[in-house]
Amino acid sequence: MAGYYHENDLPRFPEVAEGAPELWEKFNAWYGAVLQAGALTEREKSLIALAVAHAVQCPYCIDAFTQDCLEKGSNSEQMTEAVHVAAAITGGATLVHGLQMRNAAAKLSM
Amino acid sequence: MPTTLRGTSHPLASPREQLRILGNGLAGSRLKPFAETLAESGLPPLAAAGIGVFQVNVGKLCNQTCKHCHVDAGPDRTDENMSRETFELCLDAIRRIGSPVVDVTGGAPELNPHFRWFVKQARLQGCHVIDRCNLTVLTMKSQAGLAEFLARHQVEVIASLPYFLASRTDAQRGDGVFERSLDGLRKLNALGYGRPGSGLDLNLVYNPTGAFLPAGQAALEADFRRELRARYEVEFNSLYTITNMPISRYLEFLVRTGNFRRYMDRLVAAFNPAAAAGLMCRTMISVGWDGRLFDCDFNQMLDLEVGSGVPRHIRDFDLRRHASRRIVSAQHCYGCTAGSGSSCGGATA
Repeated sequence: MAGYYHENDLPRFPEVAEGAPELWEKFNAWYGAVLQAGALTEREKSLIALAVAHAVQCPYCIDAFTQDCLEKGSNSEQMTEAVHVAAAITGGATLVHGLQMRNAAAKLSM
Repeated sequence: MPTTLRGTSHPLASPREQLRILGNGLAGSRLKPFAETLAESGLPPLAAAGIGVFQVNVGKLCNQTCKHCHVDAGPDRTDENMSRETFELCLDAIRRIGSPVVDVTGGAPELNPHFRWFVKQARLQGCHVIDRCNLTVLTMKSQAGLAEFLARHQVEVIASLPYFLASRTDAQRGDGVFERSLDGLRKLNALGYGRPGSGLDLNLVYNPTGAFLPAGQAALEADFRRELRARYEVEFNSLYTITNMPISRYLEFLVRTGNFRRYMDRLVAAFNPAAAAGLMCRTMISVGWDGRLFDCDFNQMLDLEVGSGVPRHIRDFDLRRHASRRIVSAQHCYGCTAGSGSSCGGATA
């Protein structure tokens, strides 16, 4: 196998429905509703999705929401800042676990 | 310096080659024919419903060589400019239609030596005249007094400005274009263009600087107004979003960067019957620099003349037949029916 991720797989996402069509329908309806404008604009939601895509390191989502952000009118400066937010939070989340380390070390140490 | 497709003898300079790629796709499956999609949505075949807009493409000469240009215009296109005789035939047709909106485009239409004369004549006939202006032409030494001329004759200016940041604008339109475009906008603002109550309309055109569809027109207009005002003290009336048409230099970009199939799939998936119902070709006619007649400027660049049964040259203009003609469509028409729709006046749905 050349690799696990393939660009051509992204438009095949609906094929996942074949195993559990009713669950797919529910997911699809909910997903669509989540991304519609509400208290947040569609553009804001797309930027959040882009940041989350990086945090969960999903190449499909990065591909899809890069295009979506551009089509919602975001520019590269805004999109880069969104990625920095994801990086800062994931970096901070790693670092704050240093307290676990410190607690464990303290317990083990004299 | 960037050059035109024709200047480099690129295969995509040929309308036939463009239509071949659009019709057959590249490697892989063919796209669903536009006419089939139209029929499936319950819409009748496209036909004209009058002529409200008389669009004249006065030539392919331009001082810029934008990467997405559907005309393949540029400084080297010096031999394709509308003659005085053809302009006179246009004025005769305009007289018979009865004061349509006269939409003048190019290239940079102002570089045609008969431009100012034609605008004056159309205004004397009581027509609302639109100049599709690239803004930088207003700063050329050879075009001294152009902005003042447009203001004096109350010509609506529809100006290309793909973004409010230099980086994205210059990436599409050439180095330094953004700053010179701002100079042009400031000239127009100083004359009253874009100012409330002046009667001088200055509308901007946004088109995506890459292989993606335009954002919502209202949201982008708010962004442009806020940013252009805060950063540069520039004012305008409205912003029109226009989808990039997959022909000519933009098609070359799509093919070269491996984005062609994805972009076309995006257009087809975003087909909107409401946008199809409001297509601009239904209420306009497009005249080429050589007097040939087309349903729109895009068909003109693909050499798709008005359909069989109606005269194909302005010298034979027939109001009754042209105003109810069948419209010629092909795969590029998906560009005008995607999402919120696209026309020379922005979104249509």
